[in-house]
Amino acid sequence: MEAIVKKRIKQVIKGDQDAFGEIVEIYKNSVYQLCYRMLGNSHEAEDMAQEAFIRAYVNIKSFNQDLKFSTWLFRIATNLCIDRMRKKKPDHYLDAEVGGAEGLTMYSKIPSKAKLPESELESLELQETVQKEILKLPDKYRSAIVLKYMEELSLNEISEILDLPLGTVKTRIHRGREALRQQLRYV
Amino acid sequence: MCPEQIIELMHKYLDEEINPTDELLLREHLQDCKECETLFNELKKTVAFVKSISHMQAPSDFTAKVLSGLPKEKKKVRMGRWLKNHPMLSAASLFFILMVGSLLSTWNQDREFSVSKQKNLIVKNNTVIVPKGEIVKGDVIVRNGKLKIEGEIQGDATVINGERYLASAGHVTGQIEEVNEVFDWIWYYMKKISQESIDIFDHPETE
Repeated sequence: MEAIVKKRIKQVIKGDQDAFGEIVEIYKNSVYQLCYRMLGNSHEAEDMAQEAFIRAYVNIKSFNQDLKFSTWLFRIATNLCIDRMRKKKPDHYLDAEVGGAEGLTMYSKIPSKAKLPESELESLELQETVQKEILKLPDKYRSAIVLKYMEELSLNEISEILDLPLGTVKTRIHRGREALRQQLRYV
Repeated sequence: MCPEQIIELMHKYLDEEINPTDELLLREHLQDCKECETLFNELKKTVAFVKSISHMQAPSDFTAKVLSGLPKEKKKVRMGRWLKNHPMLSAASLFFILMVGSLLSTWNQDREFSVSKQKNLIVKNNTVIVPKGEIVKGDVIVRNGKLKIEGEIQGDATVINGERYLASAGHVTGQIEEVNEVFDWIWYYMKKISQESIDIFDHPETE
């Protein structure tokens, strides 16, 4: 996998955009998910994820090819999302997706006649709750938790992505985990 | 209240960084302490919840949107990729370019006056005359000059990039051809090549 990506990166440096399309295909879901979990809104998540790929393309020459591409890409995406979160004003769109439930918008909160099967409804409610609690975390804990549990990255990779010492990453994950536990313990 | 150290061990366990001795210590404590056991289970449940929502897919047009947002690609690269994807077409077009190129360069080189060698042709200031009453045997080719036919040519008469006068008494047994434009000339050239190759196939038995 990394070997294919390395080859494609060499083609991208020569200016081949189709090769970049293949890289986007490989990482689009994880980058999109990272942005969505950080921002909690699919419009913004899509914008930020696209912006992350475009920045990666524009700056591809500054990427050190001895390192892992995904680490570099996630770092761009994480920084974009953190910047975005800091600038963000609270806003609510009616068609904004409800936290955690992909495809479920505020429209679906308006009672409809068709009933969902109970188990499906429960799992959607759970997802919604978990996403809501993640969004309540302070951004420094949130980024660590999302990278660890959504992207399933190692602590070392997270420390590289966030540009923080390993010890700090561990502390943030521990505190994030503890904060989530307190919110989710009775679910 | 249990020591802070135990909570630390729980996090180490969840980070998958606990060593066997510590793990044993943790497990022994959990068996004795209901409070810590509950806490540990809650932490594990939390992790499971968070992991359970972690499968998301980007919108289907995501890649296309990213690509359309990129700065314009260099033309050279696009050409190169096209050539790579269509090897037969590239080979054919390369052949075609070389052919046309060589033909054109031959055309450009042939700016000088020349005439095929026959004994009784008279050459005057880029004009070739077939004198009255004379019979010229074989094909006559004149490049970049005029051909005046007053006598008889037993063969074809070809004028490339020039003019031709056929006097009323003049006579040509073969074909008369005038070539003035590049494309005429290419056509003539190709006919000549194919004629020559047919000749090769026709003659082997007589040679």
